[in-house]
Parts: sequence; structure tokens; C-alpha cells
Amino acid sequence: MSDLIDALAERILVLDGAMGTMIQNHDPNEADYRGERFADWESDLKGNNDLLTLTKPELIRDITAQYAAAGSDILTTNTFSATTIAQADYHMEDLAVELNIEAAKIARSVAEEYATADKPRWVAGVIGPTNRTASISPDVNDPGKRNTDFDELAKAYGEAAEALLEGGVDIILMETIFDTLNAKAAIYAYRKILRERNIDVPLMISGTITDASGRTLSGQTTEAFYNSVVHARPLTVGLNCALGPDALRTYVAEMSRIAPCYVHAYPNAGLPNEFGEYDLTPDEMAEHIGEWADSGLLNMAGGCCGSTPEHIGAIAQAVEGKAPRQRPDIKRAMRLSGLEPFTASA
Amino acid sequence: MTSAINFINIGERTNVTGSARFKRLIKEEDYDTALSVAREQVENGAQIIDINMDEGMLDSVEAMRKFLNLIAGEPDIAKVPVMVDSSKWEVIEAGLKCIQGKGMVNSISLKEGEDKFLEQAQACLDYGAAVVVMAFDEAGQADTEDRKVEIAERGYALLVDKLDFPPEDIIFDLNIFAIATGIEEHNNYAVDFINATKRVRESCPGCHVSGGLSNVSFSFRGNETVRQAMHSVFLYHAIPAGLDMAIVNAGQLEVYDDIPDKLREACEDVVLNRRDDATERLLDLAEEYKGKGKKKDSKEDLAWREFEVNKRLEHALVKGIDSYVTEDTEEARQKASRPLDVIEGPLMDGMNVVGDLFGAGKMFLPQVVKSARVMKKAVAYLLPFIEEEKEEADKGSNNGTIIMATVKGDVHDIGKNIVGVVLQCNNFEVIDLGVMVPMNDILDAAEKHNAHVIGLSGLITPSLDEMVNVAAEMQRRGMNTPLLIGGATTSRAHTAVKIDPAYNGAVMWVKDASRSVPVASRMVSKDARAKLEAELKDDYDKLRERHSNKKKDKFLTLAQARANGVALDWDNYEPPRPKLPETTEYALREAPPYISGEASDESGIYVFEDFPLEQLVDTIDWTPFFLSWEMKGRYPNILNDPNKGPEARKLFDEAQAMLKQIVDEKWLTAKGVAGIFPAQRVGDDIHVLNDDRSETVHVMHNLRQQSEHREGVPNRSLADFIAPEDAGKPDWVGAFAVTAGLGSKDIVERYKAQNDDYNAILVEALADRLAESFAEWLHKFVRTELWGHAADETLANEDLIGEKYKGIRPAPGYPACPEHTEKDTLWEMLDVEARTGIELTESRAMWPGAAVSGWYFSHPESRYFVVGRVAKDQVKDYAKRKGWDIATAEKWIGPNLGYEPGGGEE
Repeated sequence: MSDLIDALAERILVLDGAMGTMIQNHDPNEADYRGERFADWESDLKGNNDLLTLTKPELIRDITAQYAAAGSDILTTNTFSATTIAQADYHMEDLAVELNIEAAKIARSVAEEYATADKPRWVAGVIGPTNRTASISPDVNDPGKRNTDFDELAKAYGEAAEALLEGGVDIILMETIFDTLNAKAAIYAYRKILRERNIDVPLMISGTITDASGRTLSGQTTEAFYNSVVHARPLTVGLNCALGPDALRTYVAEMSRIAPCYVHAYPNAGLPNEFGEYDLTPDEMAEHIGEWADSGLLNMAGGCCGSTPEHIGAIAQAVEGKAPRQRPDIKRAMRLSGLEPFTASA
Repeated sequence: MTSAINFINIGERTNVTGSARFKRLIKEEDYDTALSVAREQVENGAQIIDINMDEGMLDSVEAMRKFLNLIAGEPDIAKVPVMVDSSKWEVIEAGLKCIQGKGMVNSISLKEGEDKFLEQAQACLDYGAAVVVMAFDEAGQADTEDRKVEIAERGYALLVDKLDFPPEDIIFDLNIFAIATGIEEHNNYAVDFINATKRVRESCPGCHVSGGLSNVSFSFRGNETVRQAMHSVFLYHAIPAGLDMAIVNAGQLEVYDDIPDKLREACEDVVLNRRDDATERLLDLAEEYKGKGKKKDSKEDLAWREFEVNKRLEHALVKGIDSYVTEDTEEARQKASRPLDVIEGPLMDGMNVVGDLFGAGKMFLPQVVKSARVMKKAVAYLLPFIEEEKEEADKGSNNGTIIMATVKGDVHDIGKNIVGVVLQCNNFEVIDLGVMVPMNDILDAAEKHNAHVIGLSGLITPSLDEMVNVAAEMQRRGMNTPLLIGGATTSRAHTAVKIDPAYNGAVMWVKDASRSVPVASRMVSKDARAKLEAELKDDYDKLRERHSNKKKDKFLTLAQARANGVALDWDNYEPPRPKLPETTEYALREAPPYISGEASDESGIYVFEDFPLEQLVDTIDWTPFFLSWEMKGRYPNILNDPNKGPEARKLFDEAQAMLKQIVDEKWLTAKGVAGIFPAQRVGDDIHVLNDDRSETVHVMHNLRQQSEHREGVPNRSLADFIAPEDAGKPDWVGAFAVTAGLGSKDIVERYKAQNDDYNAILVEALADRLAESFAEWLHKFVRTELWGHAADETLANEDLIGEKYKGIRPAPGYPACPEHTEKDTLWEMLDVEARTGIELTESRAMWPGAAVSGWYFSHPESRYFVVGRVAKDQVKDYAKRKGWDIATAEKWIGPNLGYEPGGGEE
């Protein structure tokens, strides 16, 4: 971990780009997803991208390697939906642990292949949000209703995190957080694992501002979100997904202003066009990220939906040699939050 | 939100141990009302809300979970942090599992030893919550100064050293106990608390100190005046010592300086334990204040709930409170022999009180509209019962039936809706036909419903003609139903001169909603109506006479007027070249996703798709907003007006809350388009040219002031502000159209379906303001970026509202270019409908109504003016330029004609 901190002090680190977009570009069919092992599975499996870790491991490895070659310092695992909750759609709850272990191993082996003394590589184990929300009702007529709860989420996230660690990740990355209560369940599980095993694993926390309202899906502003998760004592906080760099900049700047820890950002390559494709070219995206770096907003940058190794290559070039964001000296104060932040001056 | 002063109000009302009402609501599972208690606290200034479900008969875990989950769906409550309050750890834990924000735990303590204390504190760290630590240990609750300090310091050391708990997230509750109880040992409790607070804040750096304030005055239960005075005095001394938060009823704190001197001194004596007889003296004094307990918070004042049911209904109507109206209406219904009696009895009585207060200027329009909301809900509740009785409720029981409509070609209805509500409040049956209603539909409805009055509304000038048409048709049909005329462009003069002569029945113009009731009342009563008609005839005759004199105003000939046009010095002036290509570059660079456009060096059109509403909020001009509610006065002064200030502020707060929802939840969509084109003046027209200026693509026709002006004052026309061909200098003209009303229709209809005219009107009024704000934003963008002729301007919002900038944006249909069909040209130039969805009606009203369109002129000398009346030679000339016959020109220029069309000489 200390080498990671040293690197963060020296330069802006580069994350990788989209896994889903790259998989879609290969257009795997139902048979590809099934492979031999799940040829007779009861339900359709097409779209279960995490499953490709087991059925087409060479594809996942190849994509990860392309990102490493493009200059990613941090490689992420193909585990966005590898929780019991998200896998329930495919009746694959029982595979969640295996998916995390194997995905971590793939990323680990790529990292080791590409690591040099000058450019070590780290593996971040991805914990996705799941497809359920703990603070939003699934039924408009019954606002008190929930289709999941804190305990169920904490259990699922905890299992995923343990499996990722077993597979050899260096960092845990909670990403695309649209409901902060889900993230708090994940943080609860993470802190418990660390304490029980008496280990220290750096944590990255990445929220998602869903639209121009500047709030998460569950309604929090950037600062309220930060206040709600900072008890995890993360290595970095930041934002990813939903918006292109143009629209995301305001919120990244806000996070950069308020967070005493390191700040990361990995926006989408623009917004999807009418065909669901992302239009922002590598150069365009790199221009934005380069400007963020010049403005001192970043410690770590990458791409989310629609980004490719070309995008990451351009981003790596754009931030190369640029000074990383200096962490601000923020006065300690009791910082609470509802949907909005509340600071009690001490 | 940051607490600027170092004191935090924690709302205490959502606590079943402290509020009997809240306890009842939770026990009865009336969660809707329970949520409204939480909402009121936030509205009243609670910065954190305390939630406690500790009650023996409750499943406290389940109640906590349920209430917090419900709060999560209420953004106006969920915006503040939650204090999860329970003496049972499992309830606290259940609560922590439901809040996405960072909240506060109240409380943990050393009561059961260090292990339990550390375990629970660790959990607070894992859930992410600040923690209140009670001054309570294995030996019991700390009462003396030293014990309080000792327990706090021990807890602090354990938390910080063993768990690395952030000190700033530790709050010590040092136990506020009751004083002046008559027991001598209690006398020093407040002093102990204050001194301990000072020491703990010093020895435990970063921490906070809190307490339950109402305990201190416990022995004066029932005497609110004394209790509030004690609270204020206690805080006055404890806050400087370091008390920085407390659980209080945010709506009920007496201002220290407002406490009567005698009482304040007696309270200080007990709080500071200054004399042995302090308690007796305060007890004696308390007698004087007994029963005078005024509760400061009217929302919380539920004394009226004890009234007899009819009185309660009246109170609800006057105060506009709809929370209890269904149950009260039901109670009244059970007492009445027929459900209709409830309407005719207590509800109408209540509305009469409202009407009287409004008439006397003691209530303001927003309040009346809320009263109407209560009335509508009560009536909606009763209707099924009435129908069951197979009685027709609406016949013969009311003051009269009024048909209301915005006339064909016009879409504006805020004013009409307000008049409708006010009339309903006064027991008129109002049948509102909506907007753009064809003449025959209005008259057929009037005949079908046997209407006592027909009300016509309109905002744009062509509607004036349509009203004349309606009046003429009523005459042809042989009707004699009185006609009520209202709307922004209508006037007494127009009604007298144009509408009244077309119809033998009574025609009455009303200035605003508050005037509509007496007029309507007189019109439906036979005797009063005869008198009214006589008065009207007299009044109208005078007006007509004055008008015919006025028409003899002297006009210049068109040639003379042109010769006296605005003489600009084109030789020494370069019209600013639009910076279109640079703007395109800007748009690409900044890439606001809502701007797209195409430009050449000479011309360009930019589209603003789904413009972010939040950018429009700060530049709203609020003065017209208040005006639309018939509250005259400049913003922000109106908020402090001694008379209407309180209501204005309430309206403003509610408008702000809705505005926030409109923005946050994207109720409305804003779209706009703006373009700049090469142009040159040709006579009184402006020719819009192609890029190489070889062809005229569009022609903008303008009218010119034609009445005789005094020496030195020109006869202006907008054409004067564009360079003519012989100036030899290229010039440009701009055009724009914006709306912020896309989507408003559904929302308005939704509110109306809920009998909530107040919010329906509020949405429309806000959409109008957003559209105006958008027009201002866009004009600024054009001045500083697109055209760039004022690239360096820096104006504050007041200056923008005061239009102190260079260049103008006159709108077709308004005084500088009053002829509405010029919008057709604008729509063609920019392809407005396709690009923004704003449509033009046959009268050239814009739909949605929350829309603004106009021209841009960049010349620094360009200014707004009123064309006023024009003579026949100009109308003939204008008709020729437009390719119209004279009659068509006279129809569209109608309101500006300086002569009687059809016959007469110019």
C-alpha cells in the first residue's frame, strides 16, 4: 500500500476504462456466455458479463491487458454484478464467490505481467451497486416499501469483498454508487472484514451523479454524499458514470474542493446517442481530463461507459507529467448529512 | 447548510416520549400526519430532527424503520440529518440501517460498563454516525459539576484513544435537570450544567455539548410563558459556556430581550441560583403568567381542534389548513340532516368570513386560494353523499352560475383561474371551459347551464377583438346574460368603446379578482343589476365621449413622421459584427450539452435544448410574480411590507419550495432558439438578407409613432435602429423564442384534479417567471457571446431586470411592434415550432403560455418605446407592404387605430 501512496504523491494515476463496452464490441452470443459449463443452465445468460470471467476468461484477460498496455496503473476486476443479489437475475447466486475470486486472479496476472519497477500496477476489486436500492421504494404507491435492506446488502457485499481479497486484489473499489445507503452497507461490511482480519486494504469510493440535478439517484448532493461515506476513511473518493466529462466537471470540482483524501474521476465517454453508443472520441475525452488535471482537480482518472483502451491511452498521455491535486487542508468539524450537507462549526 | 452561529436546533416534535400528539399518530399508524410533523419542524428551522419511538405499546424497531423509510421519500424532510434516538440499542441500530446520510446516535453511555460502551461506539463508526454520550456511568447519572466532567473525560479518552473516534463527532449530553422544584439539592443543577459544559469543552478538544432543554423548566408544566422564558435565559448563559446544540421546539423560543424584565430577572435568579428565595419568587411571579401561554408557532397551535365542528371548519377555511378537513366535514355531515346542508351551512359561512376578510383587505389572494383548496376538498368529500341522495346539489343553492373561458386564440389563464377561485369562494358555481375556447362553445355552454354570467378572459391584444365578436354573437342570438370582461390587455375604455356597443346586455369590466365578486353579485340580482346597468351606461357614455375627443389627437402624415424618425449617425458608427464563429468555438470548448447550432461568418441559429432550469432561478424577477397574485410592490421590499409582508413571505417561501421541486425533479422543460441575420433597413421595414446580402429572405414590417411629438422628440420605428443600404455598412438583426412551460400542462391538470388550484396557479406563475428569466439569460448570452456587442458587460441582477444593458429585445405584440402577425416571420426565420415546440395560435398567442419571443437590436441608441395610435395613411401603407387588404390590416392593428375603421376620414 505504501507504494500506492508514494505514487499518488508523485503523479496522477490512470484507471482503466469500460469493461462492458469492450465486451459488447466483441458481441458474444448466448453460447459464448454459456460455454460448456453452463450449456444447460435453466435461464438465459446473455448479458451476464461477469460470467465471461468463467466462460471466456481469455476475452476478459485480453481486455484487461489492452488497458494495461494503454497505460492503466490500476486495473479493475470484471465483477460489477458479481454479488449474490445481482446474480439472482440469472439464478447464479451460488457463483458470486467464484466469479470474484477468478476475476481477481485474471486482473492480478495481467498486473504482474505488465508491472515494472517504474510503473507498478495495482488491482482494484470492483464492488458494484447491485440492482436494488435500500433507500428508494420500488412501488410509487408505497413509499415505505423496500426490495432489499441493509443487512442483506451488507452480507452480499461482504462475501464479494472477501472473495476479491482472496483472489488477490490490492484495493477495493465501490463504484457507481447511486444509493448511498447501499454504499454504507458495503462500507459496514468492509470495515468489519478489516477489523476481524486485522488487515488494511485501501478503499476507493465512487458515487454517481445521475443527471443535471447534481444529485445521486437517492437525492444527495456531492457534499452530502461525501459526508455520508467518509467514515470509511477511503484512500480516494470520486465520481464515475452517468455523465460525460462536460457535465461531470462541476461535481468533480466540488469533490476536489471538499475532500481531504485523494480524488478520482472516471466519466462516461459522453452521453449515449440514439443508438446507445458513446460519441466522445479519445482526444475529446483526454482534452477534458487534461484540463481537469491542469486545474488541479485530480489524483486519479479513467473512463467509464463507452471508453476504450484508446481513450485510456489518450487520458494517460493527457495527465502525464502533470502535477497531482494537492489535498486541501480542511478544518475538522462535525459534518453530517441528509440529502444536503450540514456542518457544525466547532 | 452551515450553522453560522454556534448553536444547533434539534427538532424535538417527532419524539413519542415528548409529544403526546406524535405518540398518538404513530400508535394509530397515521404516518401521513406524522410526516407532516417532521416537515413542519424542518420548516420551522430544525437543523437536525430527533426521532424517538420508545413507547411500551409500540414495536419500536418496526416504527423506527417504517418512519425513517417514509422520510427517505420526502425530500423536504430528508434534506436534514436525522438523530436516531432510543434508550434501546436495537432500535438505534435499526434506525442506522435506514439512513443514507450521516446522522447522530442519541445515545450511548457507560451505564453498563466500558465493553458495551466501546462496542456500541464502534458500531457508530461502522455505520457512520456522530454519537451523543450521556453523562451516565456504572454509578448512575451525573448530577454535580464534577461528576459530569469526570464521566465526559473518561468517555472521551476511551473513544479517542481506543477507537480513534473523531472528536468532532462526539457530543456530550451533560444532563439538564429540572430546577426550581422546591427541593434544595436541585437549585444548583443549572449552574452545575453550565460550569461542567465550560470544563468539558476545554478538556475534550473538538467535542460538542448538548442537552434536552425542556427538562430545566419541568416544574412549570402548563405555564408556557415561564417555561419559554426559562429556556431562553438558560440558553443565554449556557451557550457562551459551550453548549452548542440542544433538543428544542424550534418554533417556540422566546427572544431573550422580549422577556419582561421582572420575569427575566426571576428566571436568572433560579438558573444561576443567585438567591435562596429564587424559587418562591418565580413561583409567585408565575401566577401572573398562568394561562397566558401563547404558543408562537401557529402551525403547532392545535387549540382550535377543541372548537365545535362548525367553528373548526371556519377556522380551517380562514387559515387554509386542509389536514383535518375530511374528518371535520364527516363530523359535520353526521350532524346535518342532509349532506348539502354542510355546504350551505358551515362551509359557506366559513367562506363568507373569508370573503369578508378579503374584501376588507385583511386577507391576501394566496390565502384565499388556499381557503378555496380546503373548500374544494370538503365539497369533493361530500359529493358522493349528495349524489347518493339523488339530489342535485348545484341547482338553486348557490349565488349563481358563471361560465368562464379564455377566448379563442389565447392561452393565458392565470388571471382567469384566480377569478374563478375567488368566485367559487363566494358561492358561485363556476364552470371553467379552459383556454382557446371558440365562441360558440362558450355561448352553448352558457345556454345549457342557464348561466347567470359569462366571463371572458384574454391577455394578448387580438383577444380584444374576439371579445367583441363574442358580444356581437350574443346579440345575434338574442341573449341577455351579463358579460364579464377581464385580462391584462382589457380595459374599461376598450370595454366601453368596443364591446359594450356590440351587445345590449350588461357588459362589465373588472380590474382584478377582488373586484369580481361584488360585480358578479350585482349582476345576478335583478334589482341590483338594473341599477348596475344604469350606472354602467352612464359611465360608458362618458368614456366613449372622452374617447372620441381623444381620437382627434393630431397625427403627422406618415411622410412627416418618417422625416422625424430617429436620426442615427451611421457615418461614425460601425454596427458590431456578430462573433458567431467564435461562439461556435466557445460552445465546443465549454460544451454545455444544451447548446447546439450552426453559423457562418454572417449568420447563425443556435438551439438551446433542455436548458438547465437551475441556471434560471437566480435571475428571476419576482416583482411580476407577486403582481400575478395581485400583491403590488417591489421585490424584495414587499417581503418587509408591514401589511402584506408576512403573506408575501409565505407565498415566496412556498414558491421557492416549489421552484426547487420544479428544478430538482425537472417538472418543466425549457427550450429556446436564437438567431442573428444580415439585415438592412428599407423604409419602415427591415429586410433580412442572405449571407452575401444579395437577396431578401424575410421582411420585418414595423409601425412608426405617428402622433405629433414635441420639438426634438423623434417619431420612432424599430426600423430606425438598423443601418439602411445607403449607410454602406453591414448590419444585423436577431430573433429569439424561449419557453419554460413545456410539461406544465400535465402538472397543472394534476393539481386541478386534486382540487388544488393554489399549486396549479403557482406552477403557471413560476413557469412564466422562468421563461422571462430564460429570455434575460439568452439576451445576455447574445450580447456577450453570440453577437458579442457587449462582451465586457458586467451587470448585477437588478440592473438586468432594470434593463440597463446595451441593445433591446422588443417582442411582437408589445408596444414597440404591436402587430402580432410579425411573429409568423419570426417563427419562419428560426423555425421556432420545430426547434422548441412553441406553437402559435390563430391569434398568435404562444403555446405553452410561459414563452417569450422577440427581436434583438444591438445599436446602443436602440430603446423601447410605444408606437401608440396610427393614422389611416400608415395603415394603408402597412397593408400594402404586408400584401393585405385594408380590412385585414385594421383588424390586426385594431388596438392602435387612431380612427374609426370602416368609414371616417383619416
